[in-house]
Amino acid sequence: MTKRILTSSFLLLLTLTWAPSLAVAQSIHSTIQRVQQRTVKVFGAGGIRRLHAYSTGFVVSRQGHVATVWSHVLDTDELTVVLADGRKVRAKVLGAEPQLDLAVLELQDKELDLPAWDLEADVSDAGPGTRVLGFSNMFKVATGDEMVSVLHGVVAAKAPLATRRGAFESSYEGTAFIVDAVTNNPGAGGGVLTTRAGRLLGMIGKELRNVESNTWVNYAVPISELKQPIQEIIAGKYRARQRDPDETNAVARYRPLEFGIVLLPDVLFRTPAFIDGVQPGSAAARAGLQPDDLILFINGDLVQSCRVFKQRLGRIDSGGVLKLTVRRGDKLVPVELPVPEKPEKPEKPATAGDKK
Amino acid sequence: MRLFERDWLFRSRAWLVVVVVLAVLPPASFAVDPAVLAAEAKRVEVASRLATSVVAIFSRGGRGGGSGVLISSDGYALTNFHVTRGAGTFMKCGLSDGKLYDAVIVGIDPTGDVALIKLLGRDDFPHATLGDSDTLKVGDWTFAMGNPFLLATDFQPTVTYGIVSGLHRYQYPAGTILEYTDCIQIDTSINPGNSGGPLFSANGQLMGINGRGSFEKRGRVNSGAGYAISINQIKLFMDHLRSGRVVDHATLGATVTTREDGAVVVDGILDESEAYRRGLREGDEIISFGGRSVRSVNQFKNILGIYPKGWKLPLVFRRGQVRTETLLRLRALHRASELTGSPRPGRRPRPGGKPMPPARKRPPVAKPPEKYKHLYVKKQGFANYYFNQQEQKRVLSGMSRLGDFTGAKGAWVLVGKTAAGDAYQLTVADVGVGLSWKQKVYFQELKNAAEPLDEPKGSGGLLYAMHMWRSFLAKRKKGFGEFFYLGSEPLDGAGVRVDVLITELGNVRCRWYFDCKQGRLLGFDSQREEETDECEVRFSGDIDSGGRHWPKTIRVSSGGGLVASFEVETVTLKVGAAQ
Repeated sequence: MTKRILTSSFLLLLTLTWAPSLAVAQSIHSTIQRVQQRTVKVFGAGGIRRLHAYSTGFVVSRQGHVATVWSHVLDTDELTVVLADGRKVRAKVLGAEPQLDLAVLELQDKELDLPAWDLEADVSDAGPGTRVLGFSNMFKVATGDEMVSVLHGVVAAKAPLATRRGAFESSYEGTAFIVDAVTNNPGAGGGVLTTRAGRLLGMIGKELRNVESNTWVNYAVPISELKQPIQEIIAGKYRARQRDPDETNAVARYRPLEFGIVLLPDVLFRTPAFIDGVQPGSAAARAGLQPDDLILFINGDLVQSCRVFKQRLGRIDSGGVLKLTVRRGDKLVPVELPVPEKPEKPEKPATAGDKK
Repeated sequence: MRLFERDWLFRSRAWLVVVVVLAVLPPASFAVDPAVLAAEAKRVEVASRLATSVVAIFSRGGRGGGSGVLISSDGYALTNFHVTRGAGTFMKCGLSDGKLYDAVIVGIDPTGDVALIKLLGRDDFPHATLGDSDTLKVGDWTFAMGNPFLLATDFQPTVTYGIVSGLHRYQYPAGTILEYTDCIQIDTSINPGNSGGPLFSANGQLMGINGRGSFEKRGRVNSGAGYAISINQIKLFMDHLRSGRVVDHATLGATVTTREDGAVVVDGILDESEAYRRGLREGDEIISFGGRSVRSVNQFKNILGIYPKGWKLPLVFRRGQVRTETLLRLRALHRASELTGSPRPGRRPRPGGKPMPPARKRPPVAKPPEKYKHLYVKKQGFANYYFNQQEQKRVLSGMSRLGDFTGAKGAWVLVGKTAAGDAYQLTVADVGVGLSWKQKVYFQELKNAAEPLDEPKGSGGLLYAMHMWRSFLAKRKKGFGEFFYLGSEPLDGAGVRVDVLITELGNVRCRWYFDCKQGRLLGFDSQREEETDECEVRFSGDIDSGGRHWPKTIRVSSGGGLVASFEVETVTLKVGAAQ
């Protein structure tokens, strides 16, 4: 008896839900279109090795301000933004907050009247289980007036990104939406995460890999973190956040120049730690280091980039020996350099020569 | 748990019912949103219905495998070319009934990465229904089915579910001649072994063949961007594939680029191409192609990429204020050797999608089955010539109703007037073809290895074409060096779908057009040599003369213009006299 009631009420529900589910199906298409019209493709620096020269952005003002991810792509004077309708517009970086991985671009065309996100009205928040859509220019699949890619997924967690040097290396360390879809692909950074109703949740972050487990995390920075900086950058009254002074000091105990090592200019997110020059008569010169040597290990730790090398070097113990392994041509060459004695609390560095 | 966003109307109605039901039943029974249950029930139903059409393909040598999908009850199934490439001519295929079937290769499209195979041993195979992939929208739900990682030992397909992420995507060739044009981008999970498997719409219509994904740093597993070849593209190639041939894609003979203002313009053109002969030049702006407007280079490539070589497509271009509309036959994209050989060496892979590699795992080992050996015939340029022989028989079966022309070896004399009112007499004999028309006499010699001439001038070689016609009717296959079934295409670019037979004699290549349903010969195009305008001959009407059926009107055009429309009044056969 119960079973029959169950069945019949289920059938009743089926018929009742039929028409409204059609309405839902229609609205998802218009939702997607609406978001796609507010998403742009960003083309800039890169294109060598595995560094992509493209990323994504979203329009945050009708006059043509675009929020995007802060990355090597923006490191050029030839920044181009392709609007959803296929128009190509030159852009320049108006301001950035590297700690949030955020940059705001200003499009160099004053006549634009673009469909834009309203960061007050179009925004929402979400917890675990919320079904979401991710929009981005991943893999540069879309060109010209082709619409950016859409992925579907579920928010798995809203939690702080547990970044760690050598493991999850990310400049953003705040709360993030963790998503079960592969949203963070090459070029996807700066795209948007929305609810299925098209409310803005966050900005898709960079590709983030745990080097130890070779696993990838797909995350987005909540719009609540970005809203104020975006608005302040547009208004021209934004001041970048200060890094923790202790960390700055710790990093600066030893610098490459003190050993006579001149590194390649650190212009990319992950510039390989190539030696650009060796100062004559320096410890580096005595140890036999040469220009074009690629530093691979420092005291047995892997060096992924100029930045990592500088950070590791900054933390080595006073006195003792600095062990480096460099790649020269096809060979691995180990070298040892004496480390000069230094007090535990060093003075604040006077030069900005190692600025990131 | 919030699983659906609904409009208030739906919510209020559904809640009303839930409240009513809750009054009678324990609340735990309706903890799940009924819309979710309904959607789930539908997914389960569609997935289990579709699973029977999904094929797990194993190579004969047992080195790998992929997936496929049955599309007809007599066993035709679609898969990726890159799945069959290493699989040999005979394969073993598993279906969800747990049984292993023999299958044979039918036709391949190495550029489009499609292969047609035929499963053997039944005439009641469960099969999928072809959908219309142009109806897909971004955000639509899709099912992908297949055998990723060769997981299923009982051949029950793995089902993944996701959305359409993008449409009309163009994916560059990836180190080989494989090129995905106008394809469907999905976030539905596609992994090694899924290659060649079906992409279904939420309603269970076959929308595409999965075969490729974008991978970069994360290894060759799903990275959120998979690509399926659209079923609408495959439909254009279907009869070509059934012909047992190695089919080719097309090029216009011109390349395009995007101008600063966004217009798509010609930046290179082959002097010998038909496009050039119809007036297309460097710098001309492409307005539309194949009936679709062109706004980007990718769009142009997308349009071009879905058609087999030899199709006629309308092209609209603009130079200054002058707009030109023309109909062009597409050229072959590759040389024959490029299609049958290994992947082109020295071509750098472009970024973007790459074909899913076939999964490597130990499958059942099979020998070429003795009882099906006759279903494979080897021939250069064909994947399996056996199927071409079958299609030739089918297409030519309608010819018998024209009457017996095998005895019509004497000279043919056709007399009448053109539509313009000029009297003509056409004589077609073994030694030559003669036409007297508008106070002039034209002659094409056929003896002494005479060259085919463009007589009358600008007709594309009407006289030689008439010789081809007589040979075709009187001698069929014996009159030509090459004789094969090509596939089907729309007559003159936009007309009815017609079956096409190809004949070659020396340098002269003819395309013979047959009504797909009744097998009537509708006409033919004769080309004296490559890169020249064809003589296009179209037949209509019917004259019964001595038990043989002749066309009442022979309309001849060439180079985009009408030559003449010859009305036939009398036909005389000079039996026995070769003069």
